[in-house]
Amino acid sequence: MTALLDVAEFSKLFPVSGASGTGSLSWAGLKRRFQGGPEKLPKVYAVDNVSFVIEKGETVGLVGESGCGKSTLVRALTRLIDASDGSVKLGARELTLTPAREFASDPDRARIQMVFQDAGESVNPRFTAFDAIADPLRRLRKLSGRTLRDRVETVASQCGLPPQLLTRFPHQLSGGQRARVGIARAIAVEPDLLVLDEPTAALDVSVQVVILQLLQRLKKELGMSYLFVSHDLSVVKLLCDRVLVMYLGKIIESGPAMEVFEHPLHPYTQALVAAVPRFGEDGAERLRLSGEPRSPIDPDPNVCRFYGRCPRGTNACKTTMPELRRFGARQVACHYAEDFLPKPEPQATS
Amino acid sequence: MTDIATSPPRESSLTALFKHSRYVLGENPVTGFAFALFVLIVLASVFGPHIVPYDPLASDTTQALKPPNAHHWFGTDQLGRDVFSRVVVATRLDFFIAIASVALVFLMGGLAGVAAGFFGGWTDRIVGRIADTIMAFPLFVLAMGIVAALGNTVQNIVLATAIVNFPLYARIARAEANIRRDAGFVEAARLSGNSDWRILSFQILPNVFPILVVQMSLTMGYAILNAAGLSFIGLGVRPPTPEWGIMVAEGSAFMVSGEWWNATFPGAALMVAVFCFNLLGDGLRDMVDPRRRT
Amino acid sequence: MITANANTAPALSVEGLCVEFRTRAGIVRALDNVSFSVGKGETMALVGESGSGKSVTAYAIMGILDPAGRITSGRAMLGGLDLLHAKPSQLAEVRGRDIAMIFQSPRTALNPIRPVGKQIADVLIRHGNVPRREAPEQAVEMLRAVGITDPARRAKAYPFEMSGGMCQRVMIAIALAAKPSVLIADEPTTGLDVTTQAVIMDLIGDLASKMGMATIFITHDLALAGQRSARIVVMHAGHVVENAPTNELFAYPRHPYTAELIAATPDSAASLDELASIPGTLPDLRRSDLPPCRYSERCPRKIEACAQPLPQAAPGATHIVACWNPLPAPTLGAPILVASAENVA
Repeated sequence: MTALLDVAEFSKLFPVSGASGTGSLSWAGLKRRFQGGPEKLPKVYAVDNVSFVIEKGETVGLVGESGCGKSTLVRALTRLIDASDGSVKLGARELTLTPAREFASDPDRARIQMVFQDAGESVNPRFTAFDAIADPLRRLRKLSGRTLRDRVETVASQCGLPPQLLTRFPHQLSGGQRARVGIARAIAVEPDLLVLDEPTAALDVSVQVVILQLLQRLKKELGMSYLFVSHDLSVVKLLCDRVLVMYLGKIIESGPAMEVFEHPLHPYTQALVAAVPRFGEDGAERLRLSGEPRSPIDPDPNVCRFYGRCPRGTNACKTTMPELRRFGARQVACHYAEDFLPKPEPQATS
Repeated sequence: MTDIATSPPRESSLTALFKHSRYVLGENPVTGFAFALFVLIVLASVFGPHIVPYDPLASDTTQALKPPNAHHWFGTDQLGRDVFSRVVVATRLDFFIAIASVALVFLMGGLAGVAAGFFGGWTDRIVGRIADTIMAFPLFVLAMGIVAALGNTVQNIVLATAIVNFPLYARIARAEANIRRDAGFVEAARLSGNSDWRILSFQILPNVFPILVVQMSLTMGYAILNAAGLSFIGLGVRPPTPEWGIMVAEGSAFMVSGEWWNATFPGAALMVAVFCFNLLGDGLRDMVDPRRRT
Repeated sequence: MITANANTAPALSVEGLCVEFRTRAGIVRALDNVSFSVGKGETMALVGESGSGKSVTAYAIMGILDPAGRITSGRAMLGGLDLLHAKPSQLAEVRGRDIAMIFQSPRTALNPIRPVGKQIADVLIRHGNVPRREAPEQAVEMLRAVGITDPARRAKAYPFEMSGGMCQRVMIAIALAAKPSVLIADEPTTGLDVTTQAVIMDLIGDLASKMGMATIFITHDLALAGQRSARIVVMHAGHVVENAPTNELFAYPRHPYTAELIAATPDSAASLDELASIPGTLPDLRRSDLPPCRYSERCPRKIEACAQPLPQAAPGATHIVACWNPLPAPTLGAPILVASAENVA
């Protein structure tokens, strides 16, 4: 059966302009620019050769620290920006063949939608809640008049928004209400894949619960798949079936969410999990990451991206880039993954 | 619903706008005063010619240079024309010049700036160079040059004022569009199937408009002063058309000999009008920007 | 983590703080009778959701409330000085030298046009009694102490050239430069990655214990508060609802709101369905008819007694609950003095 979304060897590179330390303002940099043309400019490897699959009805989590490339990946998947390399297949259709600019008028536009992090920013301050939810329905489903009004009210009530709130502007709504508007707008056109970019990051804990439960319910009701981007591992653990961990543009670990967090295999994931504050634990120093991530500009393709920050770093780590290897349902990109695999249960002796 | 705050139902947006406007005007007495003055100016422009006691063009040399008295509240000028009538009738022309200049520069500069800020690339470069060229000249000299080249008509004065203010509007509009280019709601609009042009017109422009409104109010004051200045040096409106600038110009010759009313009353009218437009800027923005609504 | 010794005087003691804001839509009674104290060297967390008044409390103590805000009553005793009624000149002396604050978004809290080394040196000169000539060198030392690599070079950098985590370290360096006895940290790690958060919280903890400094963490993250502080003060709608040592608070939360807050935190549940949201909404703080207990209208344990003014805390109590019908305490275990309907004479 074809997966809903199939991403293969996907990369997105950005040319760097005037970045300090890369020499583009220096004489050597200028020489390189004039002699080599645009291909020779230093590039930020925002997303580097990423491959994964999202099945129908699945919730896949995407975690990683800021600068790991998850925002870029998400914007590329939702066709707001173009790929540099690789393929993104929606069902049988190859999406990278259509430039992002032209995708707005594409019939498949409605199949992938997004819920943004800060609903206050993602709704035009001059639009009422009604206008915001109606916009995709007008543009993508060509609804108007009575049909439009009915559909907006239906979707709004599905998301727990009473009709009297629809005439309000974003600044007149609470954080939770704004989040509901963002969700209502995204599901109004019944997408197959919903990308959620930290949808509850700006919300109080009590409101977050309600919104997460709403998202869970909507997924079942409408049969959508979710790509849930978040830095909050506790939330990802509760909501997601599988999780992908990104670091500096690469996927370094993936697997069932519970397993990855209970038993992380990659040293970065281990540090990430150790850093999350848990009830009933004190803050005694455990595994801590030192320093800053390596530069994403023109990284050495033979050096593991985590080398230098990893508590372990051997010769192998700086001469060969670890590939994403499969261990059952898990995948890890580390030369020493075997050391952390759960030991098989000893055979019971009779 | 655990997070639905209780509040009264909303009325229609027109009633809301009216209520909000009343609130804004009431809260800040200065804005209220400026608005009242503005209404006065509008009334003077519309009804002025019909209600003035004398024909502004009728000259009566026997009555020349009479100081303010019961028959002529602002006195008479060197041709015996009633200064009061001329000042009131001139309101229409000066107000028209102000409104027309501002409308024209908003269209030209606002649209060009928004396109430059949103699309970047060549659009940005071309608009930038045009603005730079205009800014290379001292602005009043440029206005003089345009009017001198094209002729002393009201249309050319309006055009000259608009051109001279183009860089300012383009710059403001460009900056605002640039900030919003990557805003969440623009991305959301793309996801909803909006083309770039729709985004520009329906998402970006309505957000840029309130910021330009304040500038427009200030420009109205400047436009009148510009026209007055051009008239003062003879490049503006031609006599005998009543216009505050020309009246100040002609009247200034009589200041030394003591006939102060010729220049002072039109000058005071100029001052009041510019003062009013400047104060109005903030009030207008408060009314137009929905974020300020409670 | 150090817990307060009941015999020594607290480093900072807030008593009966009430704050109002004048807004377009009426007077907002943001804080009502907020009281707590933090002992020398103790780490305390002030926890609450948005609208609870936790940041307003900090701003009121530091004297940097919004001009529309007014402190209508209360005291904040730092040493012998009441911060809320001190003269501006006294406040200027004390802020930075005896009490310091770090803010939520580090890059915007730093002066963008001044190199970070100079910003630290300013504090050293003003409050640390360091001669002007020696200040730059000591500033570099401070940068080293907060874990910034290559501090001599970084001292000349501007905030926009540094990452969020590094800016936060600089802010900590500025706050701690004159070795204050109390540090207020207002959501110091919101917006930082969880790995950076851990490192920053470690740093604050280390420096605080080295310097014997009392710390007040303001956060909405209950798990983080639990990990890093010896005592937690829970706020709701401008009231302190519970004040207890961390272990006790999590083992047996007594205020219904605290219990609901714990139950709503994702870490506490094994599945999404087990998470419970908190019923009701925050009351509108502009109302003149607010009930004495601002949680009562949404509280499932509301009883008739809840219409009365809240119970006063017994002096010397270590676990304070502002509730007439709190969740039951265990009968055995550490003695607790709780002011509630049970032991009011």
